[in-house]
Amino acid sequence: MILSLKNTFAQIGNATLFASRFFKELIVPPYEAKEFLKQCYIIGYKSFPLVAITGFIMGLVLTIQSRPTLVTFGAESWLPGMVALSLIREIAPVITALICAGKISSGIGAELGSMKVTEQIDAMEVSAINPYNYLVVTRILACTLMVPILVIFADAIGLVGGYAGINIKGDVNFYRYLSQIIQSLEFSDLIPATIKTFFFGFFIGMIGCFKGFNAANGTESVGRAANSAVVTASLSIFIIDMIAVQLTDLIY
Amino acid sequence: MIKEKKNSDPKSKDKNQAPIIEIKNLHKTFGKDNKVLQGVNLTVNKGEDLVILGRSGSGKSVTIKCIVGLINPDKGEIKVFDENILNLSKSELNKMRVKIGFLFQSAALYDSMSVRENLAFTLRAHKRDLTADEVENEVIEALENVGLSDAIDKMPAELSGGMRKRIGLARTLILKPEIILYDEPTTGLDTITSREISELILDIKHKQKTSSIIITHDMACAKLTADRIMVLKDGKIHAEGTYEELEKDEDEWVRSFFE
Repeated sequence: MILSLKNTFAQIGNATLFASRFFKELIVPPYEAKEFLKQCYIIGYKSFPLVAITGFIMGLVLTIQSRPTLVTFGAESWLPGMVALSLIREIAPVITALICAGKISSGIGAELGSMKVTEQIDAMEVSAINPYNYLVVTRILACTLMVPILVIFADAIGLVGGYAGINIKGDVNFYRYLSQIIQSLEFSDLIPATIKTFFFGFFIGMIGCFKGFNAANGTESVGRAANSAVVTASLSIFIIDMIAVQLTDLIY
Repeated sequence: MIKEKKNSDPKSKDKNQAPIIEIKNLHKTFGKDNKVLQGVNLTVNKGEDLVILGRSGSGKSVTIKCIVGLINPDKGEIKVFDENILNLSKSELNKMRVKIGFLFQSAALYDSMSVRENLAFTLRAHKRDLTADEVENEVIEALENVGLSDAIDKMPAELSGGMRKRIGLARTLILKPEIILYDEPTTGLDTITSREISELILDIKHKQKTSSIIITHDMACAKLTADRIMVLKDGKIHAEGTYEELEKDEDEWVRSFFE
């Protein structure tokens, strides 16, 4: 028990050092722009279909599930506003981040883990190429910038899903639906929800890189790095969300 | 920079015999009591190919990884080009690493890059002012040196074991190192390919005037490439000599490598 706690704290300490190195290396040349754009393409563009499907389903299901309760109170007209608020403030950021943790964090963990095991990271090191700069900085930065974009995209698709859900048992014009959403939303709903997604992105990238970069030797460790990256990134998303909600509640 | 000593004394050794790598009393322990290196001493002279033999786990790879700073030894001194690499800053060590090529046992090609990109990536990292045409020419030249210019557009997964080793060597050579460290260059290859790689090592030595440390279990490779052989046992250098000398060594354990 004590040993396990000690290992956990050691891991947190190592992860903190690993993350702090990101900020140091971020401003130090060489800047790997080509690799950064490649990672943006892989992390962002290639995740669009998955995020679109889950975003649509989130909106649709939330609307269908919420309708009976609102109908009981005769508040069916509040449905668009309620769905939009739930999606934008909480559900779309968290679910999209969890999907990204599964897809991106595990992918980075496995990729860097296998590079470590097959000595590719050592090969960069002995060629006097900074592997942290080339592999880690580019991936963390791409995640930090792409996850918010994916979340905004999921918000939009989720609202389309909500519109479809409303029209299963009703008949609402799309412009009426949109105007109800806009009326019910404020900037104080959008800004904190968007800010926290940058932290989600940073942690998804950082944890994937940390687990992969520190994989032990042997192919077994590649799977372990990928698995551990997903679990840790998912847990960190909930912890960040909890802190973000508390802070938002204090500020607004 | 290599400081070539001007010999005024005709009796002194030739300037080519000045040690380019000098390791003194190198110790490395993994974990609590896994003592891998227990006082290794060795020298490599300029233009010399030194072969290190030893049983698996005897610390051969650890020794050469210490030379390039991949593993930090617990104690000892490693002088390369007369500079103790253990005292170098990160940027000084990187400058030193450019002069030292390292061929990994698995070749360690970057899986996500084609052969062209593997070589160009390494080159561009150090010579950012080169034009695309200059990079392409250097890549082709390096591949021609290892006889694999046809493989330029292949991915590492499409290459055979021997081809991977050659491409790994081309990637090492593209930075024109003065020292090359080979970690089991012929392991896992058939006899004919092993011989081709050994001949390539010899060819590189003559053409590029490199000095090398070759870790191997392949005695045919050792016979062909070694100017001098060192045998590692219990974390120390146990025997040293030419292939012919060690083949007739008094120690049966040393002779057993040559049987």
